[in-house]
Amino acid sequence: MTMVQAMADQAHFADLAMEHMPSLYSAALRMTRNPADAEDLVQETFLKAYRAFGRFEEGTNLKAWLYKILTNTFINSYRSAKRRPEKADVEDVEDLYLYHRLGDLQATGTGRSAEDEVFDHFTDDEVKQALESLPESFRIAVLLADVEGFSYREIADITEVPIGTVMSRIHRGRKALQKALLDYAVARGLVGSADAGH
Amino acid sequence: MGTGESGVDCNETIERLYHYLDGELTDERRSEIKHHLDECPPCLDAFDFESELRQVIADRCRDRVPDSLRERIRQALIEAEREGHPAGS
Repeated sequence: MTMVQAMADQAHFADLAMEHMPSLYSAALRMTRNPADAEDLVQETFLKAYRAFGRFEEGTNLKAWLYKILTNTFINSYRSAKRRPEKADVEDVEDLYLYHRLGDLQATGTGRSAEDEVFDHFTDDEVKQALESLPESFRIAVLLADVEGFSYREIADITEVPIGTVMSRIHRGRKALQKALLDYAVARGLVGSADAGH
Repeated sequence: MGTGESGVDCNETIERLYHYLDGELTDERRSEIKHHLDECPPCLDAFDFESELRQVIADRCRDRVPDSLRERIRQALIEAEREGHPAGS
């Protein structure tokens, strides 16, 4: 390869990939829960992607390809070393958990629309922390589905697990996220007494 | 409540609510659920809640990339390009 071709490749990669940096960085923060590790992870992802760019088929999904590299790199390099121990499973709660609990808590009559008004009071940090509180496999599945909007099939490909496992992780992870959000809402007094929370 | 004309009841609608939100249903299933939601205010209310929650999660989980990181990556790519493809190779 000539120098000119290499430079053209590099510029082409940068043109295409740079626009995904904000979402990759946000995802890296949710995965590592640590800005310094998140920055290293994003940099490593871009370098790996750049080196492998010749194998990327143009016209296929660049964002999903970058996320696959990000997720693999996280799992292989960042998760073992300095992580706090965490439980590998989530408590199973009913469907529509948050909706029902908020409904119970507000049953005394602020009206139907009040249930989603509670969203306005959550800070960005609370929502991020609620997501980050999930065990890793659930956190990654919910992140890829709800924040990044990947399809079940794409998430199965990115995380290299069967699609049935992906669906189960998303389903249970979402419910666990709702439970974490309710805990914040109750702790902050955004909704009434915690008596109805079970 | 009940199945109405669409052939899908409330339980089935709630069970499939996230597949519906995720765009992961067949067209036929999708239109059955949509039809049920159109005629069942309690299910529609739950759907609106879940839909808004999902949007809130997506919106709130965004972070600004530090300028220093952009610059670091730009430099790292230039460096990688030099190492990977030395002049004259």
